[in-house]
Amino acid sequence: MKNLKYLVLGVLFGIILTKSEVVSWWRIQEMFRFQSFHLYGIIGSAIVVGLISIQLIKRNRLKTMNGEEITLADKKYTHGTWIGGTIFGLGWALTGACPGPMFAQLGSGVAGAAVLILAALAGTWTYSALRERLPM
Amino acid sequence: MLDLLRQPWPWYVAGPLIGLTVPALLLIGNKALGISSSLRHVCAACVPAGIPFLTYNWRAELWNLFFVLGIGIGGFVGYQLMGHADTIAISPETVRDLKAQMGLTDFSGLLPKELFALENLSNWKGWVFLVLGGFLVGFGTRYAGGCTSGHAISGLSNLQWVSLVAVIAFFVGGLLMTWVFYPLMF
Repeated sequence: MKNLKYLVLGVLFGIILTKSEVVSWWRIQEMFRFQSFHLYGIIGSAIVVGLISIQLIKRNRLKTMNGEEITLADKKYTHGTWIGGTIFGLGWALTGACPGPMFAQLGSGVAGAAVLILAALAGTWTYSALRERLPM
Repeated sequence: MLDLLRQPWPWYVAGPLIGLTVPALLLIGNKALGISSSLRHVCAACVPAGIPFLTYNWRAELWNLFFVLGIGIGGFVGYQLMGHADTIAISPETVRDLKAQMGLTDFSGLLPKELFALENLSNWKGWVFLVLGGFLVGFGTRYAGGCTSGHAISGLSNLQWVSLVAVIAFFVGGLLMTWVFYPLMF
């Protein structure tokens, strides 16, 4: 089962998000009110570690465990980068959750997270349907 | 040791572990960390409705759905099995402000029951916080081409300037909601 390793990694990721309380609305409010360093420390140190890791992978031309080439796609700029980004930010402060934490919240037993996920699916679907008419 | 695992983890433990997820996904299968894409794959699998953006081979992206399923299981393990505090120890200033500005009184749980309990769907709060909030997250992340994981962690780790624009926009939106729209709502 080749996808099992992603399931395992997802479980670890979910545990980290939950134990560090990134999945908490309270913590997100603390961040947007500049009243705690906690989330800034988490996001900042995650980026530093990710950056060093990617540099090591690139410089040593590391391959995947199956011997495949590792490729990193460039992100493309559109007007959606800032318009969509701002829309997501509004939702992030309302729900206190980005997509990952919604799934962790549901697993932790928060019933409302099921509504959040359904609403997020509706949002993604609506974007997909309107895509050609939105500024890009 | 067990006690340490049970406590909330400090930023300097959790942050680097989250960062290591980026190379872990690359090394086990050349995958880029990104969670909001899973929402698109679910839409494509369940309600494609002939929409071009939802018509693609989502089965090739099944790994992403397994990863997200894992996050859900991780939430159960991390919260229910490993134990948790009833009330998250946020800063006293935040407690003071949320009491004064939003009238919150119950600070237990991962999120305020006064806003996110299902019963709130009978009034405006549930519709704004659960339904509108979730909708904006799903719409905005796809329009922006990523969320906190895809842009902030994965994108910035790979020095993508587009991701920097996105992350600044995430914060503009979040600060607008917290500092402008919340005071208008409460």
